[in-house]
Amino acid sequence: MVSRQAFLVLVVAFASQAAAEPREFTLANGLRVIVKEDHRAPTAVQQVWYRAGSMDESPGTTGLAHVLEHMMFKGTRSVAPDRFSRLVAEAGGRDNAFTSTDFTVYHEQVHRDRLPFVMRLEADRMANLAIRPKEFAREIKVVMEERRLSTEDQPRALLDENLMATAFSAHPYKWPTIGWMQDLQNMTWRDAQAWYRSWYAPNNATVVVVGDVDPEQVVAWAKRYYGPVPRKAVPERKPQSEPEQRGIKRVVVKAPAELAFVRFGYKAPVLRDAQKDWEPFAVAVLVKVLGGNDAARLNQILVRERRIATSAGADYELISRGPGMVFLNAAAAQGHAGSELEAAVREIVAQVASKGASPEEVQRAKVQLLAQLVYRRDSFFAQAMELGELVSTDLSFRDADRIPERIKEVTAEQVRTVAAKYLVDDSMTVGILEPQPLERSAPAHAAPAAAR
Amino acid sequence: MHSVLRIVLALLLLAATLPALAGLHIDHWTTRSGARAYFVETHSLPIVDVSVEFAAGSAYDPRERAGLGQLTLTLLKGGSARFSEAELDRRLADAGAQLGDNFDLDRAGFALRTLSSESERKSALETLADMLQAPRFASDIFEREKARAVANAAEGETQPDHIADKRLYALMYPSHPYGATATPATLGAITRDDVERHYRARYGAAGAAVTIVGDLSADAARALAEQLTSRLAPGGEVALPPVPPPAPGETVRVAHPSTQSHVLLGMAVLSRDDPDYFPLLTGNYILGGGGFASRLMTEVRSKHGLAYSVYSYFYPYAERGPFQVGLQTRRDQANEALKRVQGVILEFVARGPSEAELRAAKKSLVGGFPLRIDTNRKLLEQVAVVAFYRLPLDWLDTYPARVEAVTLDQIRTAFTRRIDPKKLDVVVVGAPN
Repeated sequence: MVSRQAFLVLVVAFASQAAAEPREFTLANGLRVIVKEDHRAPTAVQQVWYRAGSMDESPGTTGLAHVLEHMMFKGTRSVAPDRFSRLVAEAGGRDNAFTSTDFTVYHEQVHRDRLPFVMRLEADRMANLAIRPKEFAREIKVVMEERRLSTEDQPRALLDENLMATAFSAHPYKWPTIGWMQDLQNMTWRDAQAWYRSWYAPNNATVVVVGDVDPEQVVAWAKRYYGPVPRKAVPERKPQSEPEQRGIKRVVVKAPAELAFVRFGYKAPVLRDAQKDWEPFAVAVLVKVLGGNDAARLNQILVRERRIATSAGADYELISRGPGMVFLNAAAAQGHAGSELEAAVREIVAQVASKGASPEEVQRAKVQLLAQLVYRRDSFFAQAMELGELVSTDLSFRDADRIPERIKEVTAEQVRTVAAKYLVDDSMTVGILEPQPLERSAPAHAAPAAAR
Repeated sequence: MHSVLRIVLALLLLAATLPALAGLHIDHWTTRSGARAYFVETHSLPIVDVSVEFAAGSAYDPRERAGLGQLTLTLLKGGSARFSEAELDRRLADAGAQLGDNFDLDRAGFALRTLSSESERKSALETLADMLQAPRFASDIFEREKARAVANAAEGETQPDHIADKRLYALMYPSHPYGATATPATLGAITRDDVERHYRARYGAAGAAVTIVGDLSADAARALAEQLTSRLAPGGEVALPPVPPPAPGETVRVAHPSTQSHVLLGMAVLSRDDPDYFPLLTGNYILGGGGFASRLMTEVRSKHGLAYSVYSYFYPYAERGPFQVGLQTRRDQANEALKRVQGVILEFVARGPSEAELRAAKKSLVGGFPLRIDTNRKLLEQVAVVAFYRLPLDWLDTYPARVEAVTLDQIRTAFTRRIDPKKLDVVVVGAPN
């Protein structure tokens, strides 16, 4: 045990050993800039984080944050539609973007010499996006195709969407980031423009750069390119806490599939203060005891021993703007119903909630979490993600070094405590996918219901 | 704002300063048992990545037992001479290691990522070495994993993307082993003896390639390669049959209740040692490989809003791998989207790209090359390809220059000669007509 503890200390040192301490700088217009030097390869990543995700939307226009993300590639006053990605490609770079419940993030990976070029391009579309009605009309069709591809025809994604819609009654996490189809069908270019005008401001954004760069130089470029973008007032954000859940919730989804699938969601805490909070770290360890590697309980019991599942896992995001959730899931083996799987998962949960986890399991879970933090150092992109997420969630980039320390401190007793406190029926939502034979499944939305 | 002007100026500057690639040093040797070993030493992170691959991909499955190769690979994790299955799981997890399967038409193997600290590294690699060289193939675990494989294959048969893939491969490779895919029936036919035989025949040193990247000394890398291969059977090489030249294309439609139709086109074209390798890959960037810069994306998505994803790619294998084009669109639009895609391909094959398109493609492929090797993980994947296919050691170093050397004429000639649009097979899963 002594050598195992010594090993954890070593891993913590690796996990937090930054090539150089990141630098943080705030421009006069409120834009935050985080730069981290890493000279392992002659490349650099830029990520622009806007603190505007689907949780900032309203019913009727769900999916708007993501639609705007698409429109950000459709031209500015001086760059033609679809030209942005071509310019990045011709600079030997890769670009893309993603929208989550919490943020919209744009990113480029380039040779270090091209960094100022892509900073220029991002600064341009931060200020000068031109939303053209004709482009919007085409792009909204693309987004509807994306929704069909990623959700409507994916039984397990559909289950997840239904699970969130059931678990939350007030918080905007209840609607999907891709948006409800009806909202997409009725969205207009003016909605997109209003969103852009509301949220795309330097004072609502963070630029993160990681790579083979000189931080002084990056700050100078940031001043030159982003500096002239005017600050503007962003809409007031009302508190949106979810009322306490007072009893189990259930949802069933029927879709063409062979195997039943269950997904559980439990309300759980997330990190708000990396020095004071301990529960979120204990939850992270608990979730690793349950899933995420072959030695974890869900796999060992459901797949290996009882053989009623073909796969099983657990996930939890330590960091998010809104309320947290622990998810457990399992895909049934043939001939086993969702209800049987549900009972088996609940048995495993009851066990860990009453007895906790063994010291060996806790140690293993901590090693897994910390090793993942070390492996993250292999990728500039992953490092930028870590910093951007921290800063955009009102945590500090310095927490990247505190987190491994805090994970290391988690005790078996704390794991038992959070298991008993949070993995309880009253804050649980059960989602079950009931597979339907292909022949009996009528084409959903066979008619192009409301294509405009 | 004069940003367009400034952007153009910036681009001109870029073109003048293509990055000089530092030569990548790959150490290469043969282990005592006859396996190929490749090593890239880099100490910037306390990580070691190892890949061990065998010529044991799905192409080596008997057709009536398709799925045997994948099942055999999975069963290597089911217990070894020294460690039970649960011990293997725990040893890897306790070391913070991550183990991933690599399985495709040609290759079967594992990629292991571990911390380089001595006791964790040794424990993780000792575990991998025993898994690879002394599997137990216990019958109860065999039965369990076979049932899992059958279940997953049955699940796949309900999902439109899986159905489309499977049907396309059957059309592209009607008689070649590349066209066979596992079904519940072929998996059901597999016995434990089949697995044992397959392991003995295919997991020999002669067909093995070990790739190591990371925080290790040259001596330690040599010792590691021995540890991973010294107990392997010598093994022998079995050449795959050549893929016959493509026949006229067929069209298959499969009814499925999905909201989108999945549309795939394909034919067998490109092998690893193909003389048209660089002209075809560079040309494909322009046709459908280059994301928003590509003609397919411009026509199908940007101009007509018909799909979220539309692409074309060449996947090079030991024998002719697929040239594949795909998209998904609302089911009532499938025919329109298919026509547009066919139109773009016809036009591209008939006339080839423009001078400007080729220039842009080279800037992207050459200028973007450093991004393909800027992590240890990416480096492992790239070097593992060099290792498995016995490519020259300077393959990665010379890659940018070889793209740079491609001419318009070479692309035009290669596409006219190799991609006859009439020979493309077509699969539509979703709307039945």
